[in-house]
Amino acid sequence: MDTIVALSSGSLPSGVAIIRISGPKASKAVTALGAQITKPRQASLQTFYDPDGSVIDEGLVLWFPSPHSFTGEDVVELQTHGSRAVVAGILDVLSAYDGVRHAEAGEFARRAFTNGKIDLTEAEGLADLIDAETTAQRKVAQYLATGGLKELYKGWQDQLLNARAMIEADIDFADEDDVPGSVADQVWQDMAALQRSISHHLEGYDRSERIRDGFKISLVGKPNVGKSSLLNALAGSDRAIVSSEAGTTRDVVEVRMDIAGYLVLLSDTAGIREQAGAVEAEGIRRSIVSAEQADLVLYLSDDDNWDHDLIGKNSNVITIRSKADLGKLTPTDEEAIHVSVNDSASLLRILDMLSLRIKEELDRSRAGSAIKSRYIDHLHQCLKDIKLAIESEDALELRAEHLRAAAYSLGRITGQYDTEDVLGRIFSSFCIGK
Amino acid sequence: MHYDVIVIGGGHAGCEAARASAALGAKTALATHSIDTIGVMSCNPAIGGLGKGHLVREIDALDGLMARVADRSGIQFRMLNRRKGPAVRGPRTQSDRKLYREAMQAEIKSVEGLSILEGEVIDLSQDSSGAINGITLTDGTAIKCGAVVLTTGTFLRGLIHIGDKRFPAGRMGEKASTLLADRLAGLNVPLGRLKTGTPPRLDGRTINWDILEKQSADEELVPFSTMTNEIRVPQIDCGITRTTPATHNLIRENLKRSAMYSGNISGTGPRYCPSVEDKIVKFGDRDGHQIFLEPEGLDDHTVYPNGISTSLPEDVQWAMMKTISGLENAQILQPGYAIEYDHVDPKALDQSLNLIGTAGLYLAGQINGTTGYEEAAAQGLVAGINAAHFVGQKAPVHFSRTSSYIGVMIDDLTSRGVSEPYRMFTSRAEYRLSLRIDNADMRLSPLAIELGLASPDRAAHYNDVNGRLNAARDYLKSQTLTPQEAAKHGISLNMDGVRRSGYDLLSYASIELSDLIRVWPDLKQFDSDSLNRLAIEAHYAVYMDRQKADIESVLRDENLLIPEDTEFDKIAGLSNELRNKLNARQPKSIAEAQRIEGMTPAGIALIIAQVRKQQRSAA
Repeated sequence: MDTIVALSSGSLPSGVAIIRISGPKASKAVTALGAQITKPRQASLQTFYDPDGSVIDEGLVLWFPSPHSFTGEDVVELQTHGSRAVVAGILDVLSAYDGVRHAEAGEFARRAFTNGKIDLTEAEGLADLIDAETTAQRKVAQYLATGGLKELYKGWQDQLLNARAMIEADIDFADEDDVPGSVADQVWQDMAALQRSISHHLEGYDRSERIRDGFKISLVGKPNVGKSSLLNALAGSDRAIVSSEAGTTRDVVEVRMDIAGYLVLLSDTAGIREQAGAVEAEGIRRSIVSAEQADLVLYLSDDDNWDHDLIGKNSNVITIRSKADLGKLTPTDEEAIHVSVNDSASLLRILDMLSLRIKEELDRSRAGSAIKSRYIDHLHQCLKDIKLAIESEDALELRAEHLRAAAYSLGRITGQYDTEDVLGRIFSSFCIGK
Repeated sequence: MHYDVIVIGGGHAGCEAARASAALGAKTALATHSIDTIGVMSCNPAIGGLGKGHLVREIDALDGLMARVADRSGIQFRMLNRRKGPAVRGPRTQSDRKLYREAMQAEIKSVEGLSILEGEVIDLSQDSSGAINGITLTDGTAIKCGAVVLTTGTFLRGLIHIGDKRFPAGRMGEKASTLLADRLAGLNVPLGRLKTGTPPRLDGRTINWDILEKQSADEELVPFSTMTNEIRVPQIDCGITRTTPATHNLIRENLKRSAMYSGNISGTGPRYCPSVEDKIVKFGDRDGHQIFLEPEGLDDHTVYPNGISTSLPEDVQWAMMKTISGLENAQILQPGYAIEYDHVDPKALDQSLNLIGTAGLYLAGQINGTTGYEEAAAQGLVAGINAAHFVGQKAPVHFSRTSSYIGVMIDDLTSRGVSEPYRMFTSRAEYRLSLRIDNADMRLSPLAIELGLASPDRAAHYNDVNGRLNAARDYLKSQTLTPQEAAKHGISLNMDGVRRSGYDLLSYASIELSDLIRVWPDLKQFDSDSLNRLAIEAHYAVYMDRQKADIESVLRDENLLIPEDTEFDKIAGLSNELRNKLNARQPKSIAEAQRIEGMTPAGIALIIAQVRKQQRSAA
């Protein structure tokens, strides 16, 4: 039984975060943080270290030996400061510990259930809980589909299937004339290429996703309605080009900022208007894409003509009536928030509103981002097994075992295939049957 | 007349079923068309192979018959994959048909508490509850019984095709059992139709052996049964030849005359045993396909040309011989043919091979959609055990896929069904590294002893082997040395100061048993069989730790049964795709549900919640 770990408190950042570790290695895993368990069910204040010796945080360690715990297994709970960096740092160290991995959706609950820790009435709640997690999983699945990642992962899975088929053919049909004596050489070249692809992908993730993963807000509106001015006013710096000539911002400009403790990516898009030139048309296309991918759209207009085609299919929109100080305000314009970059009170209203919306949204998608990091976990595990298979000097059936494990890890993202698929690949590649 | 268990059919499944049932104390009868057909090898006279050899070792560990009968009739013993690791080695032998049949008949006749009924069973009878309570023979004789094991092989509505000729039959020259098939249809058993084929049989005296490449038996003959000390049957060579471009052209020209390609055959054939027509159509780019010329016996001139199964008309089969090196003048003794037959969808069976809904009826062998003697025998054993337990009102015996190939097969059959004749491969076993031929007895003989299936000889043999193995293991684990000490004996280790045991050292690929004997000469007191077993065990030990956790979780999930009346549609939160798959597959346990393609951990949790909920409301 694997030991599993996950953040089990609410959205980050927060005052306190609770990280739960459940399974046979729970008590040992915390030693990787330089911490240790003490008396059962008593809090002790300890310091958590990164393997490089730097301090991650100070916090409480609580030890619940089996069976008196939420899951019925050995459980350690860590209470730390609720900063993203601290929680991410601690989860990274714990999940790197041998035999410890990120929990699947509903896995703590499932273990509690299996061990008789949750009764019937709670089971109804469990279904709701898992249902919510499943919804979040669907969100991630959509993200994967749009990002083209699904195709990429499927392609990798196919390469693994192929390699396994060659090796299994070598093992199960060794006495067949049509199966060449060593299909392995070709296989290991392919696997080395696959190893490089996955490594590259994970590096890309580390660079972009982890650093940039934040709440995406897209500023949308016709040319010259003051998007760049609003962006600059909100960001408090001159990051975007400001100009009164229509169509200056041809591409998407992105500003990282902190709103109420959350990392926010605010992007200013090309002004959307008809009859645009070729270069600008590309900018406009990108701005519609940006609006569709955003977590939230701020739709600016300096008059009362709201054209909702401009924001693509995104329904998460706040309409903002800009240049309120230029006197174009009319009494019919009640739904929109009024703002003037020269009026600090109106800016604060917008910021308040944004922090409220961001908190709501992130609470909803918290499970989603947890799943995403699990994907990364599976890919790391897959990579580790491919590496073991390539580098192993053991017999073929042991190397085959590593590839089976690698395919299993990838299958946890893309869905598993089974022996029938491997056999199908063998029978279509080789003439078996002497 | 009354029997506890009646086994219908004297093939490989029937023999094992009858012996197992009788060994467990049930008053058992074996009903067969003819005593002379008991133990007949209907197709290729060979036993074992990769995956199949594992099954034979497991049958032996359960004190079944196949391994020792094969040891008394094998004429070309070879260990396949000898150059690969021990977990994927498979013993195989060609058998002398006559010796095999005689040895099997001798075994069957010597089983205590087993009677043989000669005659065709044409019907089964049921009591008012639908439970099986007897059989009827052709002459109208009705015989009462508590359970029936049906092992009728290809005899269910068999239809032979040779070119455009078709006729109903079981094996060549035997009648097909159509009345029984009608009875099964009456039980509303879901049936499927499969096909398989066989090559023409040749007269060995007309083959030009001198120009052919040969394949010989191994120098060291490894028996199937751990009870066999020595193989005494003389060993023979096989010839190897190939199809030629002329063969391929001939087949292409006559393809429309093949039963396979004329549209006359509706059953699905096995992908791993294609007809020669299939080979040319699908892999025509190859310059030739290998043919093994396997003599069917020591004093039998019949030769089985392995690799050219066909349903072409007889004249084409004759013409084909002329195109193959060494066979230019070969006489065909019996033409090759394709045979279509009905099988029962094995998803209609539970893990004890009982037909769900019909108490006392057990099915085993080719009737369940499998192919091969070994697969049939292993099922016969399981069905025989469970029929005897049913009559004796004992709990069913289930084999887990975590501890035997038998369990893998039963689970595959009953949870997934078959889309082609099912054959065992090592790649079907997830826990292949622990399901080895060298430890089959350690895995299964304790169960055989516990059930009462093992003879006193077998039990004594197992206890002896186990005792010696434990003693040697204990010794190896108790002896330790430091890297410095090892270096003195010429064994180089990481100089980390850690003391390692002899058992630890044995797991290193670079360290041989002979190295250890140099360090600890006392090892010589242990027999080589025990030491060799330990070397294999230690070799895989590191991987076992990882598999152990997996196996535990699978076992837990196998024990978590999903009731038949579970309404998957009512489970909130499951995707439609998963619901459809669950409805189609109707998994019987969480372990089965887990293996459904695309199943998510969240989905499994929801199913468990639903099962628990149903249990509570039922209680």
